[in-house]
Amino acid sequence: MEVLPLAEAIATHVRDGQSIALEGFTHLIPFAAGHEIIRQQRRKLRLIRMTPDLIYDQLIGMGCAERLTFSWGGNPGVGSLHRLRDAVERQWPLPLALSEFTHAQMAVAYQAGASGLPCGLLRHYAGTEVRRVPAASVRTVRCPFTDAALAAVPAINPDVTILHAQQIDAEGNVLIRGIIGAAKEAAMAARCVLVTVEERVESLRADMNAVVLPSWIITAASIVPGGAYPSYAQGYYPRDNAFYRAWDEIARDRGEFLAWMRRHVLEVPDHAGLLRALGVAA
Amino acid sequence: MTSADYSRDEIMTVTAARQLRNGAVCFVGIGLPSAACNLARMTHAPDLVLIYESGTVGTRPVVLPLSIGDGELAETATCVVSLPEIFAHYLQRGRIDVGFLGAAQIDRFGNLNSTVIGDYAHPRVRLPGAGGAAEISTHAREVLVVMKQSPRSFVPQLDFRTSCGYLAGSGARRASDFPGAGPRAVITDFGVLRPHPETEELQLTALYPGVSVDAARAATGWPLQVADALETVPIPQPAELATLRGLQARTRHAHARPVRITLPS
Repeated sequence: MEVLPLAEAIATHVRDGQSIALEGFTHLIPFAAGHEIIRQQRRKLRLIRMTPDLIYDQLIGMGCAERLTFSWGGNPGVGSLHRLRDAVERQWPLPLALSEFTHAQMAVAYQAGASGLPCGLLRHYAGTEVRRVPAASVRTVRCPFTDAALAAVPAINPDVTILHAQQIDAEGNVLIRGIIGAAKEAAMAARCVLVTVEERVESLRADMNAVVLPSWIITAASIVPGGAYPSYAQGYYPRDNAFYRAWDEIARDRGEFLAWMRRHVLEVPDHAGLLRALGVAA
Repeated sequence: MTSADYSRDEIMTVTAARQLRNGAVCFVGIGLPSAACNLARMTHAPDLVLIYESGTVGTRPVVLPLSIGDGELAETATCVVSLPEIFAHYLQRGRIDVGFLGAAQIDRFGNLNSTVIGDYAHPRVRLPGAGGAAEISTHAREVLVVMKQSPRSFVPQLDFRTSCGYLAGSGARRASDFPGAGPRAVITDFGVLRPHPETEELQLTALYPGVSVDAARAATGWPLQVADALETVPIPQPAELATLRGLQARTRHAHARPVRITLPS
């Protein structure tokens, strides 16, 4: 594990055409890292994320993505992700291939990837058509002991998983607190793990059963305060629900979206620049 | 109180909340279901156990979350577990009494679509997708659905079946050996629909005061059947309305609060 400036971590470890998972379920979404990928103009990424959220709306709208593997693609509590919709419905700015699952399917796919297994298993019941979506490739298998029907979901092993977390200690171990989603599984499934954190501390003082990623699991870490904004970091700052509502209007129109991205992402040097441009940080 | 004292949205949320019995373990969808579940918890069902798919178990939010994973849900939860755990240990293991869902489209057998309008490969409208709904509708012992009723949302034929109700009805779901029984009630802004005991087709069983059968039929994309004993939903009690309005006012205030982040100098 090495501690790098975020721009250097992305430049070194994220390449065109890779499969990339930015995880964090509503909470601890690595926005700063996603914005750096946009600044560095990565292309043809195969994006993976249970809930694409605004950060994938932005990556897709800026032409970074070729495929999206996901299980729920909306703006939570608000409505559509307009850039995702524009890509799927009208191929703008580029066509976007979908690999669509349910949450439970993606959860076992990450777990399988994290466990060195080729597939994850769920109880199978006929009915939902999600399993018949072409690229999802969910298959039915039989339990060798009970003959029960099971749904097999292919393992997800991202080339790179990127997480945001609260703290890193002097040895480079990383602590995640609060809603964790499938962050741990996505990290353990990946070939390369990048982490951004709110702050560096001497000791994590973590409970014995806390979610701690040991330093040697992590490829590179970057200290990025506010790095999950406009999502949140439990214990640091809340989710900016007003921004999530405002995004609905910003993203609805291609021109307005591009202007917002230019002003707040492309024309600022880093995440602190974005926070200042939005008036969130002084 | 008269029907002028409350809105159709309010009686819909109150009626949805009343479907939940105290002590039930409920897997909550975001939006209308979340409002109804928290209203129930704050009124007649204080021991209702609310679980959100973000892994927050036994949560007691003071304001409604905008997303399924707001910090408020984690801070007020009995425990916070991972996504794989919430779907495996709680839902698939059979520990959920009630799944509470919304959707973009519903058909006469309570099957739900939250995936696409139009053809899957070339959709007219790309909707968010399944999320947790497909497995909730499979595994929860029973399902409640809350949706506004219109010919666009109550359709003769779904564009995509994301979550299963009674499939083609007349016992088709039971024959498929699903763990959960399927939708017990659909609460709309006109009244309540419940499955017919034999055909399992949703039929109008209750109307809000001042709402006509014809109006409910006009808002339905299939020929809506009406139960022999059509009931009138009791109007919201003052305490129910006060609690709902207080919850919504706190929520509006909380969601508008500016976020400030202090950067290290």
